[in-house]
Amino acid sequence: MRQATELEEMNSRPRLYGLMAEFEEPTALVQAARRAHDEGYRRIDAYSPFPIEELTDAIGFHHTKLPLIVLIGGVVGCIGGFALCYWVSTSVYPLNIGGRPLNSWPAFIPVTFECTILLAALAAVFGMLALNGLPEPYHPVFNVPSFEQASRNKFFLCIEAVDPKFEEAKTREFLTELGAREVSDVEF
Amino acid sequence: MIEIIDKAPPEVDQFQRRALMVGVVASAVCVLGAIFNLDQFFRSYLVAYVFWLGITLGCLAILMLQHMSGGAWGLVIRRLLESATRTLPLLALMFLPVAFGVRSVYIWAQPVAADAPEALKQALAHKAPYLNVPFFLARAVFYFAVWNLMAYFLNKWSLEQDRTGHRPLTTRLQALSGPGLVLYGLTVTFASIDWMMSLEPQWFSTMYGVLIMGGQALSAMAFIIAVVVVLSQYKPLSEVIKPRHLHDLGKLMLAFLMLWAYFSFSQFLIIWAGNLPEEIPWYVRRLQTPWKWVGLALVVLQFALPFVLLLSRDLKRNARRLVVVATAVIVMRLVDLIWMTGPEFHEGAFRIHWMDVIMPIGLGGLWLAYFAHQLKARPLLPIGDPFLEEALAPSGH
Repeated sequence: MRQATELEEMNSRPRLYGLMAEFEEPTALVQAARRAHDEGYRRIDAYSPFPIEELTDAIGFHHTKLPLIVLIGGVVGCIGGFALCYWVSTSVYPLNIGGRPLNSWPAFIPVTFECTILLAALAAVFGMLALNGLPEPYHPVFNVPSFEQASRNKFFLCIEAVDPKFEEAKTREFLTELGAREVSDVEF
Repeated sequence: MIEIIDKAPPEVDQFQRRALMVGVVASAVCVLGAIFNLDQFFRSYLVAYVFWLGITLGCLAILMLQHMSGGAWGLVIRRLLESATRTLPLLALMFLPVAFGVRSVYIWAQPVAADAPEALKQALAHKAPYLNVPFFLARAVFYFAVWNLMAYFLNKWSLEQDRTGHRPLTTRLQALSGPGLVLYGLTVTFASIDWMMSLEPQWFSTMYGVLIMGGQALSAMAFIIAVVVVLSQYKPLSEVIKPRHLHDLGKLMLAFLMLWAYFSFSQFLIIWAGNLPEEIPWYVRRLQTPWKWVGLALVVLQFALPFVLLLSRDLKRNARRLVVVATAVIVMRLVDLIWMTGPEFHEGAFRIHWMDVIMPIGLGGLWLAYFAHQLKARPLLPIGDPFLEEALAPSGH
């Protein structure tokens, strides 16, 4: 949910990416995430096999730029689609169709509409990939052996070492207090 | 969760009294108007009638849709939809003035004028086996029988589930809703041809039925959003309705808005592209007379503006702003119906009679009072539905 490590941070803290707490229940994860956010941790991320609506609020994640990107894609598609039809029909390849004016805008609307949808959808897919920093062939969280269960039946909360409040011993204790079944080191 | 779900708040009583008062006064004024201009009364009545019937039938369709699809959005509005469908007996009664006014409203029900154009005479003779008064009335009786029957069982089984929590009732409601939606589609198609398209007996459009259905779904969704927002200020719904519910309802209104625009433009594009002498006059009367400004207002206010506004996530989650958009959509639905019928009533001339405005208020007041009465009759949430608990849970969908 957040763009991962930056290179310089990696060099200054070579050993630990963060601490990963494992939970059995989605509600436990949401509670833990909320507590961690209340405690002042900001570089946190949560992992769950299915979407949990409150979780995004719990980790203090509100708005993304994605809607704006999609809107721009849609507007570009709309203008582009209409401009394409207009340009082709009036100057490049003018055809007399039943005596209608060359600029017969009703006939351009279906193409305009489709181009709007097409570019908005493409902007949504590629914008989402870009904002998530995907494709990303390597991510340290996968070094935690139990993490593969995040796509099956376990729930994880990770506090990153770059968080200003992060202190290995204290954070570990904090996560254990939250009721984590297990707290593991996330190594680079 | 269940114990907080009680009957409608006392404010509904107050609303019912006010609506009834407004309805009676405005209707009485129109009845006075009928003394001076009976034909105009019947025409205004028809438009007002199809407007409020459209909201009701839209609610019936959305009710069946949510039985088929499930989802928290449908559970929190189900009782409002059901209350609207229980007004169908009243609407059957309110059809009587339309039945009495057939000869004032429809050309095909009047004796053919000697100086009528040959094409019109031919069309009327050709369509007489369908467009004649007895068959017209018989069809109306059939539509109301179908709609009332569906509404009756949807409400009966839902109430039974309140008492018993019986799970198979859900299956039974679904088994009715699937074929019910097909029946809704067929009856509304024929009814819209009978009551509106036949105002111009020479004209036809295969898009007309779905266009009317899209409009009904849109006005019903906007109406339900307005009711939900008002009711969510009071217990019990204030404890239940969350921004995510409004968000879902807002998304559905946006979807119906786009559906209406899609149907509406499709009809226009096909007829514009064909440019046939028996089809194009309908648009010539609406787009090359002062009616074109009404048409433009429809494009801007019933599509472009609400479309842009409803794209915003924040607006859909904000009850106050959402209800403003919904109200504007409801008003524009009436304008749309006036635009679809007005040019036929006035031979293409741009004219709006005062009864075109007062009659919808009068009929609406009466209808809303009866709707409020029905709203009070049952708990505001389907307390016996096996999915209710889940739908009201913090992360339910």
